[in-house]
Amino acid sequence: MLALLSYGPDGWGDELLSGLGVTLLLAVIAFAAGSTFGLLLMLVRRRGGVAQALIAGYVTVFRGVPELLVLYLIFFGTGALIQNVAASLGYTERINLSGFALGALALAVITSAYASEAFRGAANSIPRGQLEAAEAFGFSGPKRFIVVELPQLLRVALPALGNIWLIILKDTALVSLTAVSELMRQATVAAGSTHRPFTFYAVAAVIYLVVSFFSERALVRVERRFALQGER
Amino acid sequence: MDWALMASFYPDLATGITVTLGILVGALSIGVVLGAVICAARLNRVPVLAQVFDGYVLFFRGTPLLVQLFAIYFGLGQFEAVRDSIAWPLLREAWFCAVLALGLNSAAFTSEIMRGGVLGVERGQLEAADAFGFSPLQTLWLVLLPQALRIALPAYGNEVILMLKGTALASTISIMEITGLARKLSSEHFAPFEAFIAAGTIYLVISITLTSSFSFIERRLV
Repeated sequence: MLALLSYGPDGWGDELLSGLGVTLLLAVIAFAAGSTFGLLLMLVRRRGGVAQALIAGYVTVFRGVPELLVLYLIFFGTGALIQNVAASLGYTERINLSGFALGALALAVITSAYASEAFRGAANSIPRGQLEAAEAFGFSGPKRFIVVELPQLLRVALPALGNIWLIILKDTALVSLTAVSELMRQATVAAGSTHRPFTFYAVAAVIYLVVSFFSERALVRVERRFALQGER
Repeated sequence: MDWALMASFYPDLATGITVTLGILVGALSIGVVLGAVICAARLNRVPVLAQVFDGYVLFFRGTPLLVQLFAIYFGLGQFEAVRDSIAWPLLREAWFCAVLALGLNSAAFTSEIMRGGVLGVERGQLEAADAFGFSPLQTLWLVLLPQALRIALPAYGNEVILMLKGTALASTISIMEITGLARKLSSEHFAPFEAFIAAGTIYLVISITLTSSFSFIERRLV
């Protein structure tokens, strides 16, 4: 068992570790891009009009449809789309897209749907009086948002964003199905070539668990750091 | 987008609806029964059992569902004891492993939702029931459960939607539910947009139906 997990050509320790690196990179990129886009979605949505209905639809769709289906749509769909465009331009050779980039895109889309809801809830918790006061002080729209709203928005949305991080971290395992060499994929490869599937899936599970555990610990600290006086 | 092609996918995809819903109902049933056992053991701090279930909940909530599914479906056969056991004819079946993995996962989340519901009922009410001479069973049935149910229902509605989305993973172990069929249609016709969007609309109809049923029940209970 230890030999199987050792670091080097005979063991799978180095493969699993590099897989973990890819997993973390995927999760960080998807989370950062997705929550930023989610914030923008929330801002556009509350201006009302057609955009409001469109974004509400976007949120409903990406929260109600399986993550795997979103991943397949983006992974296989984008490939087909680019292939078609290329073919119409006279380029017929097979194009290989980066599974990593498409996987990160799919996870970011899912994150943005959840994050925009988290930000919407947080925005509603800010007393209207504060915004009116900012206006009375002559703050411009963007200044009011950055100085008054955003800091509070982030603080209130923090627990929800933490949950989204944990969900996205676990969802990165799906990207293994499109042959991206993240942790789950490395575990599957190792399982196949050693005929020890349970061992490697269990090891992968423990690694995910450790990352979740430390994420949660870090989250509690961050929340405490940004809590209001008296809320600690 | 080829709308006619997309429309032609619906009859095929529809055959997967019963498979998806079957896995969902099976998993939720395991989740509710095992979840209640876990919740009761942990709240009453039953020795040994409570500690085991603490670890169980931590594990199933902190690891990807896909890993859990693969460990059960591809992994258990690694052990001779499992291959020789009477459960092996079931454990080698993909559908059984899908229901089992999703059910074990749902049990962890459901037990936490139940715990939140039970802890949400005011302690004073239980003391009052005790003072009125209610037996523990009467207190449980007449005071605790009805209120805990009402508190836990919205969160459980979310859990049902999460499980519905989780059933899509069954396609990765060769089960032809909605996502599995969409994958097959997509590669047969080289039409990923048509196949996956058609499948997505089916999931959306199911999840919206479930969500509105839950809010209907919630309104009735208030």
